[in-house]
Amino acid sequence: MIEMIKVSKWFGLFQALKEVDLSVARGEKVVVCGPSGSGKSTLIRLVNRLEEHQSGRVIVDGVELTDDPKKIDLVRREVGMVFQSFNLFPHLTVLENLTLAPVWVQQVPKKEAAETAMHFLARVRIPEQADKYPSQLSGGQQQRVAIARALCMKPKLMLFDEPTSALDPEMIKEVLDVMVELAREGMTMMVVTHEMGFAKTVADRVVFMDGGRVVEAAPPAEFFSAPRTDRAKLFLSQVLGH
Amino acid sequence: MNWARKNLFASWPETVVTLLILWLIWKTVPPFIDWAFLDAVWRPDQKACRAGEGACWGFIAEKHRFILFGTYPYELHWRPLAATAILIGLWVFSAFRANWKWWLSLVWVFGLAVIGILMWGGVFGMRYVENERWGGLILTLLLTTFGLAFAFPLSILLALGRRSDMPVIRGLCVGYIELIRGVPLISLLFMASVMLPLFLPSGVTIDKLLRAQIAMILFAAAYLAEVIRGGLQAIPKGQYDAAHALALPFWRRTCLIILPQALRIAVPALVNNFIAFFKDTSLVLIIGLFDLLSTVKISLNEPAWTGFGVEAYVFASLLYFVFCAAMSRYSKGFEHQR
Repeated sequence: MIEMIKVSKWFGLFQALKEVDLSVARGEKVVVCGPSGSGKSTLIRLVNRLEEHQSGRVIVDGVELTDDPKKIDLVRREVGMVFQSFNLFPHLTVLENLTLAPVWVQQVPKKEAAETAMHFLARVRIPEQADKYPSQLSGGQQQRVAIARALCMKPKLMLFDEPTSALDPEMIKEVLDVMVELAREGMTMMVVTHEMGFAKTVADRVVFMDGGRVVEAAPPAEFFSAPRTDRAKLFLSQVLGH
Repeated sequence: MNWARKNLFASWPETVVTLLILWLIWKTVPPFIDWAFLDAVWRPDQKACRAGEGACWGFIAEKHRFILFGTYPYELHWRPLAATAILIGLWVFSAFRANWKWWLSLVWVFGLAVIGILMWGGVFGMRYVENERWGGLILTLLLTTFGLAFAFPLSILLALGRRSDMPVIRGLCVGYIELIRGVPLISLLFMASVMLPLFLPSGVTIDKLLRAQIAMILFAAAYLAEVIRGGLQAIPKGQYDAAHALALPFWRRTCLIILPQALRIAVPALVNNFIAFFKDTSLVLIIGLFDLLSTVKISLNEPAWTGFGVEAYVFASLLYFVFCAAMSRYSKGFEHQR
């Protein structure tokens, strides 16, 4: 589903990613973790070209990402993304947030788009909030709307960029529950998160990054019980230690 | 009583300021009321005016038709009057959200067509009146309406262009904005009325009113573009990320996500510019068009009525104020909307 080959990315003189190789199979759930500044957000943003890589290759669902806007568009139509800060459109209601892209990108008739939207709102368990504005919802509710918004495009792959980092502790669970459910249904997922419980429950593979490199990639049982590098050991002791 | 103690006389400095203000009010308001109402002369009788102490509203009574309609043929004044009423009616009608439907643009096209027919005439047995003779309030309102109607979309394009990734487009927009902003409106109007005809091939003439209107549009667009750019810059990057991730193409992203938010942020500054533009239309006076302020000035030139400038300008100010206050009041509603 995702194929990254020797991908490098610079911000000015700073090299954020150093020849990263990573592949994600269809149906696979990959959790990316690592200390801040390790390049994990940059990595996930390459997949739908919110960031451009400068060398190496990124291939998503058989389409190689280049400067060609058509290919970028093709990939973005297949890939849903959820952000740390929700990024809902504040001037639109919840329902309008959900129907916007289906109507204006996929040319789905309005009525049908609204039905799909209500279906996904029910799945994230907030159908009663459809006519409210994002600012009237709690953080956890907003993030669930954001997940529903991405799902309305019927994506083949879902990207989650620290989806619970901006949430109060009591709201983290309601968002993770939705994500676990999605994973159980077989969605291909790439998740940047510090929620190690989530990684243990659903991940097929945990990718640990540090300094712009993939340092370790292993199934969660292996990664959590016997990390191979000192860097990973230190990270785990810090994340799990309290 | 309690309220007064709490809000006006809470401490010594406050008491001093309160008393000072009361004294100023006492010194200015009653004399003004004497002048404007009690001692005022209301008949158009200039001898009584010269003898009396108060305001000479008789001047307005005598000259209001010239002030409002300028040099438009006297016996045809009902035409600009009707046109003014229709134009104000269009604005009021458009102010209601319930009327924001696709057919609103048809209402405007129809309304403006009727205004054009009324002002020019030449059909349905109405006498033709060339637009050199248009003047007064309707000219001010038309210059503002068309000025903003064209300057606003142009300014959005300029603001978007200035933030474009394409260097040529960005360069052109920056150059345009900086060039126009660096020149006083008066000089633009002079250029439009004096210089532009020199560059046109012989035989081609553009009407003076149209030239002034174009100059004002170009001027206003540069200012509005910077206001809108301010709004655009206030949009968080996450909104662009989300729009990109949903595969929204440029124009849909811009029209559905970015502009609705940016324009709302820019409302206070936009209204500020709209009001300034409305008043700036009075500068067409210097190239010989007779807008509301020019007609006031000219009406003072008549020997019998010289010296009543205060009354004339109070009257003009009141008219300007009514329109500006309406704009300001209406825009308040937008700032508090989601």
